[in-house]
Amino acid sequence: MNFWTDPLKMAADWLTGLLTGWGMPEGVAVGLAAFLGIFVLIAILMVIDIFLVWLERKVVARFQDRIGPNRLGPFGLIQPFADIVKLLIKEDITPANADKVVYNLAPILSMMSVLILWAIVPLAPQILGIDLNVAALYIIATGAIGTLSIIMAGWSSNNKFALLGAFRQVAVMVSFEIPMVASLLIPTVLAGSMGMNKIIEAQNIWFVVLSPLGALIFMIAAIAELGRSPFDMGEAESELISGYNVEYSGMKFGMFYAGELLHAFTFGGFWGILFFGGYSFFGLEDVSPFLAIPILLTKAVIGYWIIMWVKYTMMRIRIDHMLAFNWKFLTPLSFVLLMVTALVHVLFKDTSPWLYGLSMLGSNLILGWVVIEFLRRFSRAEREKLEGHAKPAMEAAGH
Amino acid sequence: MTIAQIIFLVVAGATLGSAFMVVTSRNLIHAALWLVATLFGVAVQYALLNAGFLAVVQVVVYIGAIAILFIFAVMLTRKEIRDQGPQLNSSWWLSATLSVVTFGGLVGMLWGWKDMAHTVPDIPPGFDSISALGDALVSPDAFVLPFEVASILLLAALVGAVYVAFNRK
Amino acid sequence: MHNEWLYVAFFFVVGLIIPVGAIGVALILGPKKPNPVKQETYECGLETVGDSWVQFKAQYYIFALVFLIFDVETVFLFPWAVKLGQLGLFAVVEGIIFITILVVGLVYTWRKGMLEWA
Repeated sequence: MNFWTDPLKMAADWLTGLLTGWGMPEGVAVGLAAFLGIFVLIAILMVIDIFLVWLERKVVARFQDRIGPNRLGPFGLIQPFADIVKLLIKEDITPANADKVVYNLAPILSMMSVLILWAIVPLAPQILGIDLNVAALYIIATGAIGTLSIIMAGWSSNNKFALLGAFRQVAVMVSFEIPMVASLLIPTVLAGSMGMNKIIEAQNIWFVVLSPLGALIFMIAAIAELGRSPFDMGEAESELISGYNVEYSGMKFGMFYAGELLHAFTFGGFWGILFFGGYSFFGLEDVSPFLAIPILLTKAVIGYWIIMWVKYTMMRIRIDHMLAFNWKFLTPLSFVLLMVTALVHVLFKDTSPWLYGLSMLGSNLILGWVVIEFLRRFSRAEREKLEGHAKPAMEAAGH
Repeated sequence: MTIAQIIFLVVAGATLGSAFMVVTSRNLIHAALWLVATLFGVAVQYALLNAGFLAVVQVVVYIGAIAILFIFAVMLTRKEIRDQGPQLNSSWWLSATLSVVTFGGLVGMLWGWKDMAHTVPDIPPGFDSISALGDALVSPDAFVLPFEVASILLLAALVGAVYVAFNRK
Repeated sequence: MHNEWLYVAFFFVVGLIIPVGAIGVALILGPKKPNPVKQETYECGLETVGDSWVQFKAQYYIFALVFLIFDVETVFLFPWAVKLGQLGLFAVVEGIIFITILVVGLVYTWRKGMLEWA
């Protein structure tokens, strides 16, 4: 064993050796070492989070044909640290009518719901995080805590905008949780396990090839779960100022904001884990964790970039359209896809990998084509209905 | 006392404390949030028992869905979030006696139970509880029928909910 | 104690410590000059009328209710999905029956007009 192939175990052994050397019982030393490791991981995540602020600002600037932060440091890289300093020395304003305890608890829970997601992220073959056998459901469970924090923030602020924003956001979040769970079931079916590491190991063929529709549904549901445009109903700044976090200022607002960015990054990572092979990339991951972790982070950044790409390209959808899109389209589609995937998986899994892959991909493509054709027919009928009404008016205007 | 026992006692105390706050809190939203804390405490107990699936399901279903539903219901139906009336009515002593008797009965039953002092053997390493649960739920010689009936039950619940809501409209 | 949930609990604890620490530091460093106007409810400068804890559309409740049913359903599906590969076609048929029954429920809700935002 050396530092290059298994740094985490080496560091943990060194630390427990040091602690037991000071006369600490073995179990406590292991626990303390694990605690410190988790603390370091989360501290690194917070640093990544700071850079995500920079990344987001830089990318949105490019989308809007601007340069973005460019004054402090090379490419404006020191800008996010200046932002942090500003957040730290801002006055914290609590509205007089707010429900103080709940008001202060909400941003903490919001950040926590994102940080605990990293418990199950396998960073490298040797660094598995916690390999829970219920990891897929754990993702949903942390989402439940996030939902709760939003409704707590909206209610305790005692502000009509905040409450309305929270209500909308929660309605969207719970609705899109159904396609999210259904699309989480697809990697579970394909890998025969809910554990993240087993899912990665099962991806001899990336699951995005076997189930492109599943990957697409997961991405859409994740964007809705994050409350990002086009599903940013909760904060709709042109209608609700800022939504559920309107009464928050300083670091408490910072927690919501940083939590949202890190959440988006994390879901980019989960997209990579569930459908793009996680830390694996043509065997490079077996060489060293120092290669596997950057591979995973690269995939996470690509996922995050796609989330940003959608956010800055699409317009906000009205809430009734959004819920109709979910319940009348995405939910039935994801259940049908789940049934088809289960059937094809069982029928072809013992045949050659080529046949298996092709039949999986083929069934997805056929289903996708049927859905698109159905949507085309439907929207044509709708358009004819509308134009049928509009025609007399247009003729009247013409003559 | 082992660490597990200490954790159990602390969590159980916190769960009971929040359950007490649910019934005494005058603010209905606070009561709902205390209920969330209670349910989370139960989830932690499941986790302590190595019942990971039940623990996450407890959080997903009870906190993610039922607690949210409660909060929605309170916010949508109540004009007054704060409960002004008296918290006890004239027959409080009756319910107090009943609950004490029930609690006493349960404790007595558990005390006399011979397996009470028996500790469960550790789960063997590599044992996959989810796989065992899946076997129990869907393999042909196990609980297939209850599994399908659960689906019918959920359908009935959905139809009932829709019917009630539809008539209100 | 071989319980992986202990480490999950560590994550919860650290996940609490970090935001509490950040907010705590900000509270120490930031200025504290409250005044009644500053602490008013923010509605873009207008004074608020009435209580903010007002009642909302019942539709939110309906969606939460439908969500609850499907949430419970999908939870049942996870053990099924894990064992699917080993149990073969029998399990697939079982799952398809299970999902179909609930999709019938969704169709019923849809036909009754409960999924409309009105």
